[in-house]
Amino acid sequence: MNIQHVNVKLLVKNPEQVDLEPLIPVFHNWIQGQVCEELLLDVADYRHVFAGPGVVLIGHEANYSVDNTDNRLGIRYNRKGVLDGSNQDRLQQAARAALTACQRLEAEPRLEGRLRFNGQEFEVFINDRLVAPNCAATREAIRPELQIFSEKLFRGKEFSLSYATDPRRLFAVSVKSSEPFPAADLLENLTS
Amino acid sequence: MKASNPLWREQLSGQIPEGLARELDIFESEITLRKQGKLDERLFAETRLRRGVYGQRYDNGQRHDGRKVQEIAYPSGGLTKGPNTIWDAPGMQRIKIPGGGLNAEQLETLADLAEEYSDGIAHVTTRQDFQLHYVQIDDTPSLMRRLAATNITTREACGNSVRNVTACPYAGVCPDEVFDVTPYSRALSKFLLGHPDCQNFGRKFKPAFSGCSQHACGLTNLHDLGLIAVKRNENGEEKRGFEMYVGGGLGAVPYNAKLFDRFVPPEELLPLAQAIARIFAKLGEKKNRNRARIKFLVQDLGIEKFKEAVLEERKTLAFDPRWTEYVKDAGQFLEEPLRPGGEPPRSTPDEFGRWLATNTRLQKQAGYVVVTVALPLGDITSNQLRTLADVVRRFTKETVRTTVEQNFVIRWVSQSDLSELYSALKAVGLGDPGAGTIVDIVTCPGTDTCKLGISSSRGLAGELRKRMVGKSSEFAASVENLHIKISGCFNSCGQHHVADLGFYGVSRKISGYAVPHFQVVLGGEWDHNGGTYGLPVVAIPSKNIPDVVLRLTERFVAGRTDQENFKDFVKRIGKAELKTLLEDLTRPPVDQSDRSFFRDWGDPREYSLGDLAVGECAGEVVSAIDFDLGAAERELFEAQLALENGQGERAGTTAFQSMLRAAKALVKISYPQISDEPDEIVSQFRTRYYDTQKFFDPFAGGKFANYLFDAHQKSKQAYTLDSSRFLIDEAQLFIDAAHSCYNRMGMPVGS
Repeated sequence: MNIQHVNVKLLVKNPEQVDLEPLIPVFHNWIQGQVCEELLLDVADYRHVFAGPGVVLIGHEANYSVDNTDNRLGIRYNRKGVLDGSNQDRLQQAARAALTACQRLEAEPRLEGRLRFNGQEFEVFINDRLVAPNCAATREAIRPELQIFSEKLFRGKEFSLSYATDPRRLFAVSVKSSEPFPAADLLENLTS
Repeated sequence: MKASNPLWREQLSGQIPEGLARELDIFESEITLRKQGKLDERLFAETRLRRGVYGQRYDNGQRHDGRKVQEIAYPSGGLTKGPNTIWDAPGMQRIKIPGGGLNAEQLETLADLAEEYSDGIAHVTTRQDFQLHYVQIDDTPSLMRRLAATNITTREACGNSVRNVTACPYAGVCPDEVFDVTPYSRALSKFLLGHPDCQNFGRKFKPAFSGCSQHACGLTNLHDLGLIAVKRNENGEEKRGFEMYVGGGLGAVPYNAKLFDRFVPPEELLPLAQAIARIFAKLGEKKNRNRARIKFLVQDLGIEKFKEAVLEERKTLAFDPRWTEYVKDAGQFLEEPLRPGGEPPRSTPDEFGRWLATNTRLQKQAGYVVVTVALPLGDITSNQLRTLADVVRRFTKETVRTTVEQNFVIRWVSQSDLSELYSALKAVGLGDPGAGTIVDIVTCPGTDTCKLGISSSRGLAGELRKRMVGKSSEFAASVENLHIKISGCFNSCGQHHVADLGFYGVSRKISGYAVPHFQVVLGGEWDHNGGTYGLPVVAIPSKNIPDVVLRLTERFVAGRTDQENFKDFVKRIGKAELKTLLEDLTRPPVDQSDRSFFRDWGDPREYSLGDLAVGECAGEVVSAIDFDLGAAERELFEAQLALENGQGERAGTTAFQSMLRAAKALVKISYPQISDEPDEIVSQFRTRYYDTQKFFDPFAGGKFANYLFDAHQKSKQAYTLDSSRFLIDEAQLFIDAAHSCYNRMGMPVGS
């Protein structure tokens, strides 16, 4: 299975303390500086929607958001463009982008340190139902890839994978490590 | 571009009606041809528009980032999908839903598409459509195939075509309706879709159906073709028919639809609509888009001549069996419930009780209600759409429709299921009370995504909502049922003309800075299918609009007599007093170091920062022109008061004078010795601002200047109440355009 459009969502600590409003000028500043690898275009504010996409930084090749889907607040990278390379390359690219965005947001003074990765849990989505329908066959096909990817990310520490099974939803897996890691360490693990 | 794009055609093979599958193959080929440079960009633009593939803000490759205009380096380089529209720039996909009717599978498909091709949000429009934003054009063939597999087409969702045929969402279940218009609206939609007589319009054509004349739901008064169910007795037999209206429309200057026929029998519905379409195609304006809607044709010909032309055309039509075939079983059309009707739940003084009061409505069928799912700003997530699909499967036979108030209604809900249904909706945030009340604000996309947006209508709606939601117990009953509608510009997609409190986006210059504003439009009527249009009273900075709402509602509560509604209250109190009430809100704060006043709601960028580059010679001229434009506004307001007092001649003359004053204000910048002679003002204005295109709106072109030229040409004629009303609207737009023109002067290139 050749996966594309990988999404990685890093769940945040104490989501009830996070105010998304200051994120809007932050994302606008990212556009001003074109600080990401992707071409950044616009900001969409969906704070008024229940358990929705939150605040989205729209890019050409990918979107970044602080997303509240399923009432699980997290920093999300949504790859829209197709990428060459292997499945591991694509998983790692999405994770690197999410972690880099996370570091930026954690360091952003306007967010007053309230938006922080919980260090242990992230979700992976494949945003293309035809490429990766949410079914047992996909889970079987992707599990080995996720094992390799998660072992690298968590440097051999224990982790668990749990899958969402509603066939109507995107293929999704929740990955949880036995201990927390700062975003910087995870980034380093991916590059080493 | 999605990895799966090459696969969907085969995946859905056999699941798409043959004709539609062929159309989508052709559209995909056209995309390829355009990419190869073998298809002209203008032709391709109209082709994609007729498939509902619309442009979106910043698709010209430029965006003001709050500091400067940034060139957006799309990888597609010079490839365009229309004039000045970059290929790779994300766009909007409009999806037609005739009469707003959907089933659960369609809801699920929309959910998937919003997630995979857009940003996880589906947006319900004021014409019962859906819109997905930030869609890549290369993804649209797959998106359309997936819709087509569930029997949804995007064909003619945009472009110069017959747009979505809308209908009252309560049709068939409303206790007050004459009969169920659903099957007739579907017949008209099916008949006109792709009809050869509808392919050569100068502009779009929007039909709407209503089951009654007294409620708002169908909004037939503001449609190109409006059909209201009526019955009459013929030889002791009750016959169904339609009151047919033509030439209504909002847009910059709103027109009330004119009665075409008091009784059109069902078998004449389709042929007459066809004849109207042919006359519109034959006689309607083609070159000047600003006068190309059918409302102008009806106005120019007069309803009687227009009708004559249509009836003559009708005689020439060759018989089409679909005229009768499509409507022959309409009388038998009946939706059915899934579950037996029940007793109403006990109302409780909690949120459920409030939801029951505002979001449910008794059907004419005993034991059943219609439930409204109120969507904030018309937005719904993919997961909410899936839950909605589950709910309509569980409690009904998938009887769900979208509404022109950007909500859903679930029909045929047994009253005994209400508690469970409420819990299911509430669990995913779809159980908010307040449907159809002051918190259920209607808004177009505005500056968020629309290329024409001037002010942030969604930002303002979000702010008003935030301040009012949860405070319903504090509202007087008379205030709770007011309607707020907001458009980001004069084009009225937010239907501000038919609101109690309407707002549309304009810009003004204050202390040398461009400041986002909204015109306050009062006196509109939502009932009677949008029966009366409000008039602009005063332009107020965006950041002061919440105070406008507060003051007006407080004044209404304090000064209302008996059961007086807001429209009548506005009429009785008069615009002069209301304007005085708001006068101080037109001014900037004393301490202008608070830059938030110069930004729009929900957008931290300084509003049109290019305007900060005030020209070196601006000083005196700026104050003079500000003064003159202000005087023009005051004069126009006097015209409104004259109209309010029934003085048509005075209203018209004064409105024209206000236009002259605004034109003169601009001319004075480069020609201070300009006289007060109308001929000279108009001539100088034409030379300096029209011929040079300095006055041209980036999207409407010379439209507003033409209002002045037309008014000048007709200034020797007498003004009626009707003609002065139109002129007042046009004068307001002309003055707004003069402000915009002035704002643009002195801006750096590209701002």
